[in-house]
Amino acid sequence: MAETALTSTGESPARIAGWRGIAADWSSDQRAFKNVSWGKAMMWIFLLSDTFIFSCFLLSYMTARMSTTVPWPNPSEVFALEIAGHHIPLILIAIMTFVLISSSGTMAMAVNFGYRRDRAKTAALMLVTAAFGATFVGMQAFEWTKLIMEGVRPWGNPWGAAQFGSSFFMITGFHGTHVTIGVIFLIAIARKVWRGDFDVERRGFFTSRKGHYEIVEITGLYWHFVDLVWVFIFAFFYLW
Amino acid sequence: MTNAAVHVEGQQHSLHTHLHDALASKATHTEGQQHPIKLYLVVWGWLFVLSTCSYLVDYFGLHGYLRWSLILLFMVLKAGLIVAVFMHMAWERLALVYAILLPPVLVLVFVAIMVFESDYTHLIRVIFFGSPT
Repeated sequence: MAETALTSTGESPARIAGWRGIAADWSSDQRAFKNVSWGKAMMWIFLLSDTFIFSCFLLSYMTARMSTTVPWPNPSEVFALEIAGHHIPLILIAIMTFVLISSSGTMAMAVNFGYRRDRAKTAALMLVTAAFGATFVGMQAFEWTKLIMEGVRPWGNPWGAAQFGSSFFMITGFHGTHVTIGVIFLIAIARKVWRGDFDVERRGFFTSRKGHYEIVEITGLYWHFVDLVWVFIFAFFYLW
Repeated sequence: MTNAAVHVEGQQHSLHTHLHDALASKATHTEGQQHPIKLYLVVWGWLFVLSTCSYLVDYFGLHGYLRWSLILLFMVLKAGLIVAVFMHMAWERLALVYAILLPPVLVLVFVAIMVFESDYTHLIRVIFFGSPT
């Protein structure tokens, strides 16, 4: 019942659910997100703004692809690989998808162990997540290298519409940057977890504030978002 | 006054039983989002299945409206699972859920605008490049 004790807001535990709850929360003349800490709320709002950035990229890609009179290169062929003499379409992208989904799974479990204050398991799972993320970036670097060797440039490519290259480098490049930042973020927080910062409430070097295990969930929100964006890129850029 | 309190209490309880059937233990619940590991593993499995399905759409070379609707279906299911379970949106209060999930829906308006715009651009290009001289 007392599920609201987590953020120490001093609120009374009984809150209205449903539509009336939305009205009550927003019109309370206080914080609108009652049982969510400022850190988590701000991560959500940042992710919302990031959603708009990626939406704009995918929209500009859609506009370019719909309005060009030149045929669009077939991604199934472009991203195919020869493995052991077999020609497999889109295989690298499929493996990258599975790697990223697996990293989301380990991240979700890290959040769980974090709230159970299981220091070792949390840090280990976060590092596994980071390793999956680094693998993903590595495979993306391989993919970029392959395509650049085959002559794909932001201004043209050997197979069709010139906008293919600019869309590809822009969208996957921005996503890869997000993954890279996520890996750094994960390693930084995993180090703090491992050191026991959130058990002894050690103050951060920059903000001088006490950390909580909630930061693992906030890191997780960012990481799942990166996976979420990939779901859309995979569907619209690679499969469409 | 007491009536209202009882009312609120009742709703809170139904929310609880509805959402937290799978809750591991109530004692640990005071600290943030606590759900059984099994739930995450099941969702993980489903994400693998759905990703495999969307890959198979390409592997078997389906095309046309069947391809596009299957791609969108698997995409929406995967996105829903990630947001609802991995990002814990299913357990947040509606004030946060609607504040975060409604604005991206408006992107669909932008999509509609750009579909019209690119159709128009395409038409103009076809006419221009198609015309002799």
